[in-house]
Formats: sequence, structure tokens, C-alpha cells
Amino acid sequence: MSNPSHQSVETHDEHHVVPVSVYIGVFLALIVLTVVTAWVATVDLGAFNFAVAIGIALFKASLVILYFMHVKYSDRLTKMVIGTGLFTLVLLLFITMTDIWTRTWMGVPGR
Amino acid sequence: MASTAAVPTFLKHHFESADQQKGASGIGMWLFLVTEIMFFGGLFLAYFVYRQAYPAAFASASSKLNLPLGAANTVVLICSSLTMAMAVHSAALGKQKLIIFYLIATLFLGGAFLGVKAYEYHDKWEHHEIPGENFDCETCADPGHAPLFFSLYFAMTGLHAMHMIIGVFIIFFLIQQAAKGAYTAKWSTPVEMFGLYWHFVDIVWIFLFPLLYLIDRVPGK
Amino acid sequence: MTATPTIGTETEKNYLNHQHGLKSWLLTEDHKRIALLYLLSITFFFFLGGLMAVLIRLELATPAGDLVESNTYNKLFTMHGVLMIFFFLIPSIPAVLGNFLIPLMIGAKDLAFPKINLLSWYIYILGGIFTVYVLIVGGVDTGWTFYTPLSTSYSNGYVIATGLGIFIAGFSSILTGLNFIVTVHRMRAPGMTWFRLPLFVWAHYATSLIQILGTPVVAVTLFLLVLERGFHIGFFDPAYGGDPVLYQHLFWFYSHPAVYIMILPSMGVVSEVISTFTQKKPFGYTFIAFSSVAIAVFGFLVWGHHLYVSSQSAYAGMVFSLLSYIVAIPSAIKVFNWTTTMYKGSVRMTTPMLYALGFIGLFTIGGLTGLFLASLGMDVHLTDTYFVVAHFHYVMVGGAVMGYLAGIHFWWPKMFGRMYPESWSRLSAIIIFLGFNLTFFPQFLLGYMGMPRRYHVYPPEFQVFNVLSSAGASVLGFGFVIPFVYLTWSLFYGEKAPANPWGATGLEWTTQSPPTYDNFAVTPVVTQEAYQYSTEEVAHVG
Repeated sequence: MSNPSHQSVETHDEHHVVPVSVYIGVFLALIVLTVVTAWVATVDLGAFNFAVAIGIALFKASLVILYFMHVKYSDRLTKMVIGTGLFTLVLLLFITMTDIWTRTWMGVPGR
Repeated sequence: MASTAAVPTFLKHHFESADQQKGASGIGMWLFLVTEIMFFGGLFLAYFVYRQAYPAAFASASSKLNLPLGAANTVVLICSSLTMAMAVHSAALGKQKLIIFYLIATLFLGGAFLGVKAYEYHDKWEHHEIPGENFDCETCADPGHAPLFFSLYFAMTGLHAMHMIIGVFIIFFLIQQAAKGAYTAKWSTPVEMFGLYWHFVDIVWIFLFPLLYLIDRVPGK
Repeated sequence: MTATPTIGTETEKNYLNHQHGLKSWLLTEDHKRIALLYLLSITFFFFLGGLMAVLIRLELATPAGDLVESNTYNKLFTMHGVLMIFFFLIPSIPAVLGNFLIPLMIGAKDLAFPKINLLSWYIYILGGIFTVYVLIVGGVDTGWTFYTPLSTSYSNGYVIATGLGIFIAGFSSILTGLNFIVTVHRMRAPGMTWFRLPLFVWAHYATSLIQILGTPVVAVTLFLLVLERGFHIGFFDPAYGGDPVLYQHLFWFYSHPAVYIMILPSMGVVSEVISTFTQKKPFGYTFIAFSSVAIAVFGFLVWGHHLYVSSQSAYAGMVFSLLSYIVAIPSAIKVFNWTTTMYKGSVRMTTPMLYALGFIGLFTIGGLTGLFLASLGMDVHLTDTYFVVAHFHYVMVGGAVMGYLAGIHFWWPKMFGRMYPESWSRLSAIIIFLGFNLTFFPQFLLGYMGMPRRYHVYPPEFQVFNVLSSAGASVLGFGFVIPFVYLTWSLFYGEKAPANPWGATGLEWTTQSPPTYDNFAVTPVVTQEAYQYSTEEVAHVG
């Protein structure tokens, strides 16, 4: 009675064992990127300092999510859950910022 | 309910199979982390709104933070992520002693991070850089708005540290269970799930570090 | 509910008599018992919040402020809002009916995480204790929205304790949603594919998405609010350059979708009820299913329509206005599909059906007046008037509460194994419908004429409609007490319910009433789509 349920169709691949060398590689990349992000902040890139800092942070976060958190080897559902979360975060940040960015357009004093 | 000899002891009565139970835990944990993303997301939004509004105050207040300590802490946390990943790896292979070793290493690194953070907070206290009645930052540009930066700094790093402290308590529990041999190659879900949590906390810091410490570090600017 | 009613003289085993004693209830991990714990607690908060409403309507019967002072009045409407929204409406259908029914409907023995399910109830109770504490020591007067800087700098109510209470209750809501999503993904019986799920489950899945994605944002917002009030540091305080409109953004990012947390489960109930009492498969199953998800998604894009008269950018307002209209599409799809389902069906006017029909009518009025408020220019005239109050009561009471009552009456025989007296229940459904309209329809007119909300005195020319509204409120209040009485009565003296008293499809009706501890003797295998009524073919031919 137990099986041929829906769940067994979605292969759940948490058993995938990642070789230790991958962990070490990701770790070294994270350390190097930390040094890079601290160094690049001392270079005057104007407005791009912010973009570079965020870009490096996003890349580091992706490494952690994909390898340390095994998402690269996870099923589609896990990826969809993460995608939904990140999408909603972007909605929150972006839609609110559109208000902030356009407030001055009216030329109303005070805002 | 009825447990036959073939049913493993860790399988709860309402699940049909170990795979189903494991899959449920994984998705449940990820959904929890999604709520954490949105929780910190509100803070990041406040940060972006105010950094946009008061760039000078944020740049100058940010340079009051101790960059070497912040960078060192970032490295400490990345190391702890590695040891945590190794703990999960050892658990998947059923290497009991290594699980305990890596969990203790993670605990040690997490403790080190919190120690450094406590020192930084104390330093801020000494320099009257904690928002409130005693706030006093004469060298800050736009001192009227500098408290906003420090309020956000303490709220963001404080909530992050809260998550670390909760994590440390859970590691204690995991070490205790691991010492009893609770985690085997067949079942080590708590270690796996806690690993996800710990990495998530690391990711939050990966964003906090550049956003808080590195706004204005161009020398002579 | 502590006295476990034994069914007749038989000693048939079910979840109610599976174990005995208070401890077996307080430490239960059974989703059905936890649902009853929730039922008991939300009923308590409903009547507590209702008491506040009674006092508000009494005060407003006359233009002068003669019953309570303005400060007390502020506390009354704030506590009414806090109790009703966070402690009744948001947990109502999901935590009671969803908890009870989702595992039964998908053929599972329990939710995926029974311990977390119990934990969510305790968290809810802890949040409730904070709120009741606030009520006892003196209340809070900011309105349920806690706008800054009123809440952080000027209010002399218990903002921190209330904020913490809601913060805590939020985690209960998150855990319920998390549990539902995992359960629907991982616990479905063999053969129960996504498009064989009852629409009730689809509606709850969409609701859970909002709970997961929205609630943490209001949690962190209240956290910042509490920090700001407690330590006088600036997050939203203009004195430090903080932006009070940012607070409103963060608050409504959750609190607008929260309206859909209240209404979507009701829509799920209505889909089930209408299908059963017309003995037809719902018209456009996939459309109803996806419109639930669409409402959840669109719900996250429209929060700025609460900020039209703040200093939000007018350009952002225009976009929010446009997006707000879009929510009307999936809502209308549902209303049209329900109506079409009834066409040429064998409609039976049972109590749940009466409530469901009430829902359709009242929700339509509530939804359409929402479009008035979504349009920029109109909203400037109507903001903070009784028009808004009437609008959201049509959605939340006329919609969510009607759906809740429909669901309670529909599944009561399943939950307790007892039938309630049908004549009384039909009578009270009609009384509630009439009382509701008498209470809130005059408020549309008052609002349009310009009566502002949240004042305890008003010009004498508004009195006629206010007296009508207060009269309606007493009818409505009376109407709510009747079900409470006869449902409690039915627990002890009601006729024994068969497994499937309504002739409904759905797995929950294939088990005995009340169900056994494990729900199903053997895990069911699903071989066909939901709502396969035998009269279906007849209806098509005819």
C-alpha cells in the first residue's frame, strides 16, 4: 500500500555525496572573494563600487547555496521554493524603491 | 501506527516511507529559510531606502566600523561554513567521530565570531556610537542622520548574531546526540537541516559585510 | 469540547475518544484535535473582538460622545481590529478547517509536521496572552495599523506588548502555512495528482504561500517598531530623517496580502459547498484552482493602494492603481464559475449553501467597492471614511466570516459526528445575512457623505444611518450567538451523523464521522478526478 505514490516519481537526490575537493574549492573561492571585495572597496569606481560589492556578494552567496547547501544536486521543488522566495524579495525591494526613486518627479516641495 | 520489524525506528507513524519523511524535512527547512529571507529582506529594504536618502551620512558612519575585525569575522564565518559542510558530509558517510569533530569546530568558530562581534559592540559603546541619548559622533558627516546607519547596523548585525546564538545552542544539542551515535548513514536529517540553517546565516553575513563595512573605504576621498 | 461525546451507545473508536483526559488534548499531535484547540481559542477571540464591536456601535448610536471618551473609543476600535484580524480571521479557516481537513482530503494520516502543528497553537496562545494582557492593563490606541510616528513617539497605549503579541502570533501563522505546503507536496495519497485535489486544498495552498512570504515582513517591521519605541532610536522617526512611509510600505506588503489570507480559504469552502449542494463538478475547475494562486501572486503587487494619500510618489500610485484592478480578474473568474456551477444543478438550500450564497453576494459587493478605492482620485475622497470601513467589512465579514460559517456547518457532522438542527441553522443564517447588510450598507452611504472613521462623535445629520447600523449590529450579534448555542447543543443531543450526510464527494467523506485517529483504515488510492457526481451526466444530457 505504501508506494507507488507521487513522491517516488520526483526523485529526491539528497543522497548525492559531493567530493571533499569541491568543498575545499568553494571555500578557497569564498576566501579569495572576501579579500577581493575588501580590496576593491579601496579603489574609487564611483557608483560602481556599490554594484561590484553587491555583485561579489551575490556570487559568494550563490556558491554557498549551490555547493554547501547542495542545491545544485537538489530536486526541482527545492529550486522552485528558493526561486519563489528570492522573487518575492525582489518584488519587495524593487517596487518600494520605485516609489522612492519617483517621489521627486512631481516637484512638490518637501518630497 | 502499527510498526512492523521492517519499519526503521526513525520513521514517524504518519509517513509511508523514509524517503517521504526526508523529502518533507528538506522542503520544510527550505520554506523556513524563505521566511528568513523575507524577514531579513525588510531590514535590507530599510537599509537601501536610507542609504539612497543619506549617502554622506552612511559613507562616513560606515568608515567608523572596524574593517580588519569585520573582514576577519567574515573569514571565520566562511571557515565555519566549511566545517559545517564537512559535518554534513561526514554524517552522510556515517563517520560518527568526524561528525562530532566538525561540529565542535563549527561551534568554536561560531563562538569566535560572536566574541569578536561582542568586542565590536563594546567598542561602539565606548565611542558613543550607539543610537540613543548618548549618541555622539562629531567626526561623522551629516551627524543628524548618522544614527540611522547605526540603528540599522545594530538591528541587522544584532538579528544576525541572534541567529548565531540560536545556532550555537542547536550545535550543543547535535553534538550531544552525535555522541550517542544518533546519526547514521541512513538517517542524519537534523545535522543536514541544521547545516542549511548555518549556511543561511553565513549568507546573510556575506551581504552584511560589504553593505555595512565597505561603503566608503577609498583612501583620501 | 473537553467532554468527548461518545457516539450513541456504541464504543466506536474515533479521534475524540481515542485518548482521554486534558493532557491527551494539550499534548496531542493529531491534526484533528489541534484543529479543535484552535476552534475553541478563535471562538473566544471572536466573541472578545465582538464585544469591542458592540461597544463601538453603542457609542455611535448617538452623535455625542456619551458612552466612552475619545481615548477609550480609540482603544476599542484598535483592540477590535487586532483581535479580529490577527487572532480570529487569519487563523480562522486555515487553522481550524484546513488543519482538520487537508490531511483527510488528500488521503494522509496527518500533516507533515505534527509537532510543529501543535507548536503553532502554543505560539498562537502565547501571542494571545500578550494581547489579552494589553486589554487588561489598558489597551492600545493607535489603530490596528500602528502607523509611525504615532505608535512610536506619541501613543500612550501598550504598543510594545501588542506589537510583540502580533509578532509572536505571526510565527504561528507561518508554521501553519509551512506545514500545509509541505503536506500538499509530500503527503498526497497514491493517485492524488495536483488536478485531482479538491479546490479547498488549492485555496489553502495559495493562502499558505502568502503566509510564508508575507508574514516575516510584518514580523520584522513590528520588531523595528518595538525597538524604535523601546529605545528611542530612529528607523521611521522623521526626527532622525526616518521615513514613516517606509513603515507603511513594509506594513502593507504583508497586510494587503493578509486580506487574501482571510478570503482565499473562504473561497475554497464555497467551491466545495456549491459543488456538493448542486451535485455538480465546479464549472472550470482549473480556472478556480489557478485563480487562487493568481490572487496570491497579484496580492503582493498592490499594497501601495493603501498609501495614495501618504507622500508616496504619485507615479507609484498610478502603477499600484492599475495593478489593483488586476486582482478583480481572478476574483471575478471565481464568482462567475460558482454561478455557472449552479446553473441547471439540483440546488439544495441547506445551511452551508445559504452561507455560500451569502458569501457570493456580499463578496461581490465588497470586491466591487474595492475597485472604487483602487482608483486614485476616488480614493482621495474616500480614504479614512466609513466607505472604507464598509468595504473591508463586506470582504472580511461578508466574505471571510460567511465562508467560515459555511465551512463550519458543512463539516460539523464530520468533525463531531453530530447533526445540528437544520431549521435553527437556516434561520440564523438568514438573520446574520440581514443583520450584516443592515449594519454595513448604511456605512457605505455615511462614508460617501464624508463621515470619517475612527471618531466617536459625528455631526447630527449622520445619525439616521448610524442608528440603522447600530440596530443592524445588534441583529448581527444576536445572529452569531444562535449558532454558538445550537452547535454546542448538538455536541450532546444532536442526531448521529452518517459518514456522508450531504452526498458529497471527497476523501474526507469516505471515512467515518468523526474520523478515526489515523483517518483511514487503509491509505486510499485515488483513481478519478474530484467532484464526480453521478448526476453529472444527467445534467449534461438535460
